[in-house]
Amino acid sequence: MSEKPPSLAFGSGGAGTNPGGKSGPPRDVRIEARITIKAVEDIVEARQKGRALAQELGFSMTQSTLVATAISELARNIVLYAKTGEIVLSRVSTEQHVGLIITAQDKGPGIANIQHALMSGYSSSGGLGLGLPGVRQMVDEFDIKSRPGDGTQVTALMWL
Amino acid sequence: MEIPILKQRDYLIASVQSVLTDEDLINLRDKLVQQVGRYRSDGVILDVTGMDVIDSFSVRTLRDLAHMIRLRGATTVIVGIQPEVAFSMIQLGLRLKDVPTAPDLEEGLAYLDRKKGKRTLPPHE
Repeated sequence: MSEKPPSLAFGSGGAGTNPGGKSGPPRDVRIEARITIKAVEDIVEARQKGRALAQELGFSMTQSTLVATAISELARNIVLYAKTGEIVLSRVSTEQHVGLIITAQDKGPGIANIQHALMSGYSSSGGLGLGLPGVRQMVDEFDIKSRPGDGTQVTALMWL
Repeated sequence: MEIPILKQRDYLIASVQSVLTDEDLINLRDKLVQQVGRYRSDGVILDVTGMDVIDSFSVRTLRDLAHMIRLRGATTVIVGIQPEVAFSMIQLGLRLKDVPTAPDLEEGLAYLDRKKGKRTLPPHE
């Protein structure tokens, strides 16, 4: 098993080949599912689809559960803070590697202080404050874009 | 989804056999907190074998549940956390802290019996 591809920052170019456009092997990104999130039941649907995709890509039971848990956290943030949004599940591949990208996007109020939102134990909703920081530490690549009043987009990638 | 709550001896047993939404889990918490008083139960066993994911919301709700039940004078044991679910919880930094756990229903009952300081009754009692 060769090393995982070097970590790349996600660029603003959106889905496409080699997000980020920096050095590293070219990446092919294909959207596999889009789940509209507007109620708590949609959280369950999103994480079940994510688990199914992970298993299809060859992720182990443990890794698939990690994927499902990450989706659950991100989808709940949408319901909690933005009311509605979308989870997009994509397959990413290079010549040697396959991975799964979770994108959580909404047009909600945005995050005023991203540093705070990523801090373990910080919550503006009375939660444990472990959602975003937890997801960030368990995935291979993580990116968050948000501006107050302009929604939030969180991207998380896990290689097989 | 309505989770059935069984009464066995002095204990309440709730068994989650399918995937739960946030609302289902909150409803289960509230129902257990009510019934523990109504049936004067000493202990509650919550079997989470069917939970596909235990995320930060689930952990907070399970911890709240155990604390509320303690305030009502009873002990809660969480049983049946699947190995991959346990792995994900640790990866996310989620801890149940002082909430007791046991591998399965039988061990959960044994724990509550020990806690009560009485001998485990034979199964055909």
